[in-house]
Amino acid sequence: MGSLKPATTAAHDAGFLATRADALINWGRKNSLWPMPLGLSCCGIELMAMIGPKFDIARFGAEAARFSPRQCDLLIVAGTLTWKMAHACRTIFDQMPDPKWVIAMGVCSSTGGMYDSYAVVQGVDMILPVDVYVPGCPPRPDAVIDAILKLQKKIERESPLKVLFQGRGELDEGGTREFDMPPNQAVATHRIGTFEPVAGEGGEERT
Amino acid sequence: MTAIDRITAAMAEGTFEVIEPRDGMPCVAVAADGLRALMECLRNDCGFETNTFVTAIDRSAGALAIEPCYEVTYQFLSHAHGDRIRVRVRVPLTDPKVPTITDLWPGTSFCERECYDMFGIVFEGHPDLRRLLMPEGYDHHPLRKDFPHRGIEPDRLYREWERGRAATR
Repeated sequence: MGSLKPATTAAHDAGFLATRADALINWGRKNSLWPMPLGLSCCGIELMAMIGPKFDIARFGAEAARFSPRQCDLLIVAGTLTWKMAHACRTIFDQMPDPKWVIAMGVCSSTGGMYDSYAVVQGVDMILPVDVYVPGCPPRPDAVIDAILKLQKKIERESPLKVLFQGRGELDEGGTREFDMPPNQAVATHRIGTFEPVAGEGGEERT
Repeated sequence: MTAIDRITAAMAEGTFEVIEPRDGMPCVAVAADGLRALMECLRNDCGFETNTFVTAIDRSAGALAIEPCYEVTYQFLSHAHGDRIRVRVRVPLTDPKVPTITDLWPGTSFCERECYDMFGIVFEGHPDLRRLLMPEGYDHHPLRKDFPHRGIEPDRLYREWERGRAATR
């Protein structure tokens, strides 16, 4: 066998590791995010640069961008979301398997940006539960990488076992299913005009 | 022979009016019921093969306010003669209607759909007069002066879809 040591199954030889299940699950989730790129305008170009070799988000385990929502757990809304596109955006989010997170990339998807207009969603948090907002028009790829790192810190604080045993809470008035989350209602401060998020009980807030 | 000369030679007296806009473009104004005759003349007798655009101006308010009306504006290009012409038709604010010109210039189809979408001007005889930019089912016409720039219930169709989707689950 040359210099290789023979395999052993003895526990004291293989060593062991003690940890909490939550910590282990979160560690796995946060280091293998699969982004779903929803490039709607110029932010999409910066998103491509971020995935490319120069900025290289493979360093943070999020390089496996897929174009099927069923294989993704991180929706990056990159660009101006119009009300006509909102149906498609929400459908993509609903098709993603749980657990899933959302990054609002750029001011257009965060607040509507300069499009203070009848055609544009004034922040994707009117239709989706956003985890991290990235300012910039468009943001540099570094800023989005920073958002992914912040999201990783946020995932570290989640309690997947609690969610598994208790569920995500009651159905909200919008009728979304137990694994669908309602729009984030904690951030209403930038609202303009008469737009209101959907009124309702809301599901359990992510912790 | 200028564009105005060609129209004057081909059209009967008094069916149109020559006006001189500030930018110097040759321009004629007609009433909505005389539009078809003028357009057929432009297409068949005056050599205007190409439609450049169809749009409208809301003249009821703002910097261009003259009188309460929509001004449907057409512009045409003649490759044979190397000149252009502009045609304007004023229609009332309530129930604005003009005849379509899609049979003469098929390329105006989308222009007229956009004009219908943004101003609510009905192009009678258009084969497929649907909205072009705004979602189907939206009730308002955004480029009218009485439309607020933040819109009227811009999220209504989305919310209805969301509720309908929830009901089917």
